[in-house]
Amino acid sequence: MVTTAEARPSVAPVRTVLANGLTVLVREEHTAPLASVWCWYKVGSKDEPPGLTGVSHWVEHMNFKGTTNIPRDQVKGIIEQFGGSWNGYTWIDQTTYLETATRDALDRMLFIESERMARSLYHPDDCESERTVILSELAGGENDPDQLLDQELTAVAFKAHPYRHPTIGWLPDLKSMTREDLYGHYRRYYMPNNAILVIAGDVDAADAIRRAEQHFGGIAPGDAPLPRLRTVEPEQAGERRVTIRREGTAAYLKVGYHAPAVSDAAFCPALVLDAVLTGAKGVNLWSSFRLPPPQRSARLYRALVERGLASSVAGALLPTEDPFLYTVSVTATEGTPLASVESALLDELDRVARDGISTAELDKAKAQLRARLIFDVDSITNLAHQLGYFETIGGVDQYLTLAPRLAAVTAVQVEAAAASILRRSNLTVGWFDPLPVGGDR
Amino acid sequence: MPGATFAGLSPERLSLSNGAVVLAKQVRTTPAVTINLAVRAGSVCDPVGTPGAMYLLSRVIDRGTDRRTADDIAEELDSRGIALAVTVTRHLFTVACTCLAEDFEPVFALLGDIVRAPSLPETEIATRKGEVITAIRQDEDNPAVRATEALMALLYPDGHPYGRRTKGSVESVEALTRDDLVRLHADRFAPGRLSAVIVGDVPTALVTDAADRVFGDWRKPEPPPVPVLTVAPVSGRRSLVIPMMNKAQADIAYGFVAMTRDDPDYYAGWLMNNALGQYSLGGRLGDSIRERQGMAYYVFSSLDANVMQGPITVRAGVGPADVDRAIASIDEELRHVSLEGLSAKELNASRQYLIASMPRALETNAGIAAFLQTVEFFGLGLDYDLRLPDLLRAVTVEQAHDVARRLLDPDRATVVIAGPYEAKK
Repeated sequence: MVTTAEARPSVAPVRTVLANGLTVLVREEHTAPLASVWCWYKVGSKDEPPGLTGVSHWVEHMNFKGTTNIPRDQVKGIIEQFGGSWNGYTWIDQTTYLETATRDALDRMLFIESERMARSLYHPDDCESERTVILSELAGGENDPDQLLDQELTAVAFKAHPYRHPTIGWLPDLKSMTREDLYGHYRRYYMPNNAILVIAGDVDAADAIRRAEQHFGGIAPGDAPLPRLRTVEPEQAGERRVTIRREGTAAYLKVGYHAPAVSDAAFCPALVLDAVLTGAKGVNLWSSFRLPPPQRSARLYRALVERGLASSVAGALLPTEDPFLYTVSVTATEGTPLASVESALLDELDRVARDGISTAELDKAKAQLRARLIFDVDSITNLAHQLGYFETIGGVDQYLTLAPRLAAVTAVQVEAAAASILRRSNLTVGWFDPLPVGGDR
Repeated sequence: MPGATFAGLSPERLSLSNGAVVLAKQVRTTPAVTINLAVRAGSVCDPVGTPGAMYLLSRVIDRGTDRRTADDIAEELDSRGIALAVTVTRHLFTVACTCLAEDFEPVFALLGDIVRAPSLPETEIATRKGEVITAIRQDEDNPAVRATEALMALLYPDGHPYGRRTKGSVESVEALTRDDLVRLHADRFAPGRLSAVIVGDVPTALVTDAADRVFGDWRKPEPPPVPVLTVAPVSGRRSLVIPMMNKAQADIAYGFVAMTRDDPDYYAGWLMNNALGQYSLGGRLGDSIRERQGMAYYVFSSLDANVMQGPITVRAGVGPADVDRAIASIDEELRHVSLEGLSAKELNASRQYLIASMPRALETNAGIAAFLQTVEFFGLGLDYDLRLPDLLRAVTVEQAHDVARRLLDPDRATVVIAGPYEAKK
């Protein structure tokens, strides 16, 4: 029996494109007296030129600092009085802003997003003060060895495609960027014909579209064509390695393989492959990773954690516009050499690339993914996220058809994906090999 | 005035003859159900001398039962896409998961088996010890964890359970034996200590039947209560620096022993804390330290009123050059709130936010389950969700000021800094 609720991940939203090019997606969901609004921009860290790495993320911060009609000191409180939460994030393909609050806040949420699109202030003092906040965010990330390793591994795995630089940016760029850099980036990319507005929750679709038109209809489209990213990462010619030796108390191993983009036919088989190796995560960047994966019987958990070599293992294959990475991250147990962990890990990855998976593994992985796609959209906030996120990386249909496409994956397709992705010449290996804390350097 | 209709949860509450409590709420939003089994057996139950015992038990409890091997459990969970979350807080040991509604009965039976009859195999204990020790080593390299744990140790000295690390130490974990864990489970897990909360697309009658089948024949005497300890007042300001020169950013943990959950000032404290360090991006503290001075990516305060007097803490992450300035700003904001109180406008904004955010907090099955466990644990009553707005509305500006004066005195603060920073000579 397919209930209405089960269909959450596959019900198409109402779609409208306003005269200025703004795409509006509305999804009615009358399960709670709430509405969630997400405004997405097709600009992420991959769109940044050398010298301006991190500009998209910094721009995101600046877009919370007041607009022509929302003075700086009144940004706070608008959504809070409706019990709402608000936030934003920047990643490699997209930048997004959200509010979720009681449904009577819909107009306020749309007003905020329309202001943000067209009338953010970028006061020079605020740009300067935010520089320190971002440097602090960067430093906080570098305090975490696993995050540092992830950043370095990604930079080594890509040599041409701008996925190589971290979303937060490189430190020297963050030190030298100017207010004009920030404002120029904002004006170039923040326009209705480069944005997607998603409204989900206890709303009437026709009414929501009318309100979207009222708030956004007057914003002029941008006329200059956006610079299109043309770089295609060339085929990797051989294994790459990076080793970080810094003071620390635990050893970390991470491997990355170039992996299929969301629109590639191999994407669904690769998701099944990851579920067999490390347990299914779902595909919600905003919420999936908050829930641990079902992985007790997964191959890499058995090979590394159950054998006492590692205290944790995690796989990640995220839906992206261009081919990104499939990564496996491992924390070695105290006293276990990284070489032993790496050898056991690569043995397993080589084995699945050579021999494929069993039917029982295929069935289990599919059952996991079916459940996780449902858990991924337990709230209207998460549902709205999924619609907008996929629209920024190749179209919402990629999301709406995911469940049936996953159900149709065969063991042969998974084997082919494994053989194609998990090649040694496609591999980058990263070690965080800790030096004794306070010891001689 | 904004506001949305909120009909109230009205959960079903059933007390089994052995003392176990079942709370069920049918929600048909998604074809899923959250099962949350909480046993009043948190880290406060760690025997003196073996800190970390309950935490290690939490790592092993789901690795085999009298009827199922670890592999059986792994298959049962993985084939349904489920990951168990087994967590230990000061007072609760929780086994929880979200599963598809169609899997409710077998999964509930499995969780019941895990809570009642874990077999605690030696091999599993050895493997999980390795994981816990690695996790303790990771904590030792984490400025946020180091600062917070050191603050708690200073605020709660002399063996107070709130001052101990939940995970214990490498030495204490290494010394734990299977017998220790078997005894701990035998002594502390009993039906009278269990509350089972089930929220999701499962009819209430089916839940109560299943609860009776899974837990109805569990007979065990009530464990002795854990002594409630008080903390001697602090007479002056204390500071501790934990130099971690390999780090890029410093973490500040700043706090006071505050209050119990049944303190008459609790709601005033909750509101005051929201305005001080939570509202929007960190309340007054966020306005000053993040927004106006641009010093930190995060700064916030939290009030953890509990069975024993819990702390109110301020946390911030700042660059090493800004540590002194950030602490001075925290002092200044706290002194100001303590001397002048909060404005009616600020208090009302926080109040309105907390009341209006309830539909959002209670939107998901997991959110409702967490709320109902809190209601049950503190005995707040099944209509608490409906009474809560009035409890918050009743707080006056004077009461919020009184509680700020009572809790926030920078001259008696305990301050810990962990990170690339060295104490001034």
